[in-house]
Amino acid sequence: MTDATANPVQPDGRKHGSLLQQDARIKRRNASEARFKFYGILAVATGLFFLVALLWAIISNGTGAFSQTYLTVQVELLESKLDKKGNRDIADIKKVSTFGYTPLIQDALLKEVQDRGIETEFAKKKDMKALISASAAAQVRDHVIANPDLIGQTVEFRVLASSRVDGYLKDRVSRESVARDKNISPAHLDLTDALVEAGVIKKIFNLDFILGSDASDTRPEAAGMGVSMLGSLFMMLVVLGLSLPIGVAASIYLEEFAPQNRWTDLIEVNISNLAAVPSIVFGILGLAVFIQFAHLPQSAPLVGGLVLTLMTLPTIIIATRASLKAVPPSIRDAALGVGASKMQSVFHHVLPLAAPGILTGTIIGLAQALGETAPLLLIGMVGFIASNYPEGVLDGFVAPNSAMPAQIYEWAKRADPAFYERAWGGIIILLVFLITMNIIAIILRRRFERRW
Amino acid sequence: MNDMRIVERKVDANEVKISARTCQVYYGDTHAIKDVDVDIQDKTVTAFIGPSGCGKSTFLRCLNRMNDTIDICRVEGDIHLDGEDIYDPKVDPVQLRAKVGMVFQKPNPFPKSIYDNIAYGPRIHGLAKTKADLDEIVEKSLRRGAIWDEVKDRLHAPGTGLSGGQQQRLCIARAIATEPEVLLMDEPCSALDPIATAQVEELIDELRARYSVVIVTHSMQQAARVSQKTAFFHLGNLVEFGETGQIFTNPQDPRTESYITGRIG
Ligand SMILES: Nc1ncnc2c1ncn2[C@@H]1O[C@H](COP(=O)(O)OP(=O)(O)O)[C@@H](O)[C@H]1O
Ligand SMILES: [Mg+2]
Repeated sequence: MTDATANPVQPDGRKHGSLLQQDARIKRRNASEARFKFYGILAVATGLFFLVALLWAIISNGTGAFSQTYLTVQVELLESKLDKKGNRDIADIKKVSTFGYTPLIQDALLKEVQDRGIETEFAKKKDMKALISASAAAQVRDHVIANPDLIGQTVEFRVLASSRVDGYLKDRVSRESVARDKNISPAHLDLTDALVEAGVIKKIFNLDFILGSDASDTRPEAAGMGVSMLGSLFMMLVVLGLSLPIGVAASIYLEEFAPQNRWTDLIEVNISNLAAVPSIVFGILGLAVFIQFAHLPQSAPLVGGLVLTLMTLPTIIIATRASLKAVPPSIRDAALGVGASKMQSVFHHVLPLAAPGILTGTIIGLAQALGETAPLLLIGMVGFIASNYPEGVLDGFVAPNSAMPAQIYEWAKRADPAFYERAWGGIIILLVFLITMNIIAIILRRRFERRW
Repeated sequence: MNDMRIVERKVDANEVKISARTCQVYYGDTHAIKDVDVDIQDKTVTAFIGPSGCGKSTFLRCLNRMNDTIDICRVEGDIHLDGEDIYDPKVDPVQLRAKVGMVFQKPNPFPKSIYDNIAYGPRIHGLAKTKADLDEIVEKSLRRGAIWDEVKDRLHAPGTGLSGGQQQRLCIARAIATEPEVLLMDEPCSALDPIATAQVEELIDELRARYSVVIVTHSMQQAARVSQKTAFFHLGNLVEFGETGQIFTNPQDPRTESYITGRIG
């Protein structure tokens, strides 16, 4: 009966119509299929659009951080200012603070302006302050303390230009925006133009952004990612060192050895739940347990690593269990069948086959941990914390430091728009790390899979 | 029944290797094997036949305690190998399985080289002291597995790259490499084409000279071709056990007869 309604008998008595003609049903079905395909393409296109927009925003906002404006000046290191006694005693030289150096640099720049015959309303060295970074004096002082013999000579230095000058060269600062700025005046910008022409001011690749440390609120031009990158590195070492062995051991036990009962079910459910716990919860847990209870040092990458380990464990356990489950049971039978023990069957046969999946899961877990910010805020790994590299490995784990995402957050939070550019630049560095890790995961997986 | 005993006596020349008495197997609440008594002889091929789901594999897996790996499985009764109770708490199943090798339904070579597939068992049981010893064991096992000529030039190629029939013979060679005394085979030819099946059957016939072989098969022709003794299982019961010729030509139980003539199964 149903057959008759589905395929109405054709006028000429045949059961089916011509194959060359589509009946209404088929047409409707094809149309809905075409519609569905269109929705799918639309969805993919929307996703791609947002991805491209995001990448474009990141790159266009962030590339500025990778170049920096410098001044090249001939600084006369006056003995009368820097080493009054003239005996090159390093203790005495160190007594001269950066305030002793600032006028020398300003003098040097003024001299540069006058020597080149640049027309300007500025005739006092004080007027040069707006062009020079506050870090410049420290830079010169560090160099002099390292080489006290230079005192009395005139030495060429490449010092940081102020963030306003840098911003002007990067089109962030304009004459209009400068009008209400007490740090710099439009006339300074005219002078900048002339100095750029003369080759005194140059914008070059900013290695210090990648290698340097964070700087205080007033010196965005000196801020870099390097030290917080080390913070992230030490955290990731802790995360890898703890979560991989613990996660893999737990998964192997649960998957291969544990009896299937209510307890293991409960554990399983809880692990899945743990993966969904917001990271800030782990942060406050870390604050309470590791810092307030266990008295581990605040802001230390060790504590950050411990907190992120808690967060990464469920990811690794879930990935490891999935890849252990994916190993065909016939392999276990084969091993047991030739008289291998359970342990031998797992370690000789199952684990090697599951390794690519475990590695991929671990790297993805690490990548998640690398980009995690919220828990770090709670354990004090954010703010202007470390201005020097850690002294050795132990120091790297316990000395206060920040981490890449927390550093980015810190910069984005500061008032000066120069920091905003740094934040975008930091995101580029972070993304480079994440993409590299994912590519490594893919390569590892491919290599292991291709073996057979 | 009297006839059967006469038939049995003829083969009794070979001693009993495995004897099972009142063997029961439960999967949770399911009673999968009911009260099975059977004697499996040395240097004999014993076939287990019966309709699908009747418990052939389950009983076979009792003989090397592979059922231990299934949480819900429980085995009762006595199973003795050379007079020793294999379910005695003192028995380590790992040691037992070195003595009672197993070949599975689906060829399951390790995803390693052909050489390593064979060498794995001897290695973990410490059967070879030197590399030369191991090489010798590998060659001997592959020869006995009737696959040496096909693989001797590519011992270090992956075992998973062989054809289905070759893989199964590799698995048989792997099982022999640990010098077992009993070889259990669970439908070893069900995944193979007729030519590969013929090769494996020929191999089984050769293995009989050294081992006690137990083969589960759903093909009555195969049982008739390779076995000397046949056990017919039905719904967890061992219905009839006797010399193969007698089971196929003159079954005693009406259920055996209907199965053989194709009325059940
Ligand atoms: N792992 C298992 N868990 C629960 N029941 C099982 C399991 N293996 C087999 N069984 C049951 O035991 C009975 C016998 O199965 P099996 O020995 O595989 O039969 P055969 O090999 O003769 O086809 C079947 O009813 C099957 O459903
Ligand atoms: Mg079976």
